[in-house]
Amino acid sequence: MISLYLAERTWLHGIPAGWKLIALALISLAMTPLDNLPIMVALNVATLALYASLGRAAMAQIALLRPMWPLFAILLALHWWNGDIRLGLIVSLRILAMMLLANAVTMTTRMDAMMDAIEPVLTPLGWIGLSPRAVALAVAMMIRFVPLLFALWEALNEAYRARTGKRGGWRLLSAFCIQTLRLSHHTAEALAARGGAPRGPRR
Amino acid sequence: MKDRSLVQIALYAAIFAVLGLLPRFDIPLAGGVPITAQSMGAMLAGVMLGGWRGALAIILLLFVVALGAPLLAGGRGGLGVFFSPSVGFLFGWVAAAFVAGLLMRVLRNQPVFASALVASVVGGIVVLYAFGIVGMSLMTNLSLLDATKACLIFIPGDTIKAVLVALVAQTVARGMPEALLSRSA
Repeated sequence: MISLYLAERTWLHGIPAGWKLIALALISLAMTPLDNLPIMVALNVATLALYASLGRAAMAQIALLRPMWPLFAILLALHWWNGDIRLGLIVSLRILAMMLLANAVTMTTRMDAMMDAIEPVLTPLGWIGLSPRAVALAVAMMIRFVPLLFALWEALNEAYRARTGKRGGWRLLSAFCIQTLRLSHHTAEALAARGGAPRGPRR
Repeated sequence: MKDRSLVQIALYAAIFAVLGLLPRFDIPLAGGVPITAQSMGAMLAGVMLGGWRGALAIILLLFVVALGAPLLAGGRGGLGVFFSPSVGFLFGWVAAAFVAGLLMRVLRNQPVFASALVASVVGGIVVLYAFGIVGMSLMTNLSLLDATKACLIFIPGDTIKAVLVALVAQTVARGMPEALLSRSA
């Protein structure tokens, strides 16, 4: 799986995940009510400086925002139509900076560190009988299912191509659903045979 | 929670991710316009799993995306997507799956195709866009009307997806009736 995580260690990697999340939340709360163009420009400059300080691989991730350009164009056009292009610019810059800042946290935090940082927030789930460990199991199972489902789709596609010479596309969906549900039955049985999903909060 | 439900929630969260990462479908009705299949995921989760499990599958997906996995269409993911103008759609998927599942249950004595179509359209379009448009309006300071205009271009594609989901549900109901969990007890 392609990851957004930067393997190369930077100074931001060293800061605990919890602090980064809190900082992100605070910046977001502070910036949302502001509609001041110079501040938004400054925020973007600061964000770009942050990326520059993280090295070349981080700068390359800015390109991930490319699919967003049409949306920004529509946004600016609609604000311009309403006669307030300045507001359009402010809003676009705010969204741009916040997305980049949030991505900087993702880029420099391992998924397991993020999971550990979030775990205290999951504790209330225990009160309704859902163990945080069951959540962790579901996360792990989901991540494991993704490549498995890809392989399953490829197998169905190959079989379809062998029969018809064409790509299956949406025609494979029903077969895919049935096959995946069968897969889920086997997984559930295997899980039950090993004692089932964790229930209690204790390890 | 039963083991099987947990596995199925994880499974549908994964299906949702895979639908966004697969090579794009060329759906004949759309005139060759490539559309990602991802927004089918919420309809599919609701229609197949039922309201609660469907909604939990989407919550699980969003959780893993927030942890940093690039599982949304086009390899997007991480915390950044929660600050994008389309964040309303992300949370809308949860409501969409829930409503679609609920409708499947309410309509469980009706033919599968018709009820899955109604569930997909009401959940995956009406409810989803209500969330998406309000979210976009809040994120971009656009009026609700302008935000609606910005979202309208996606509706034809989503209508086709609702029909596809209904077709899938009907085929699954024939091939493996017990798989349509939204209709069983």
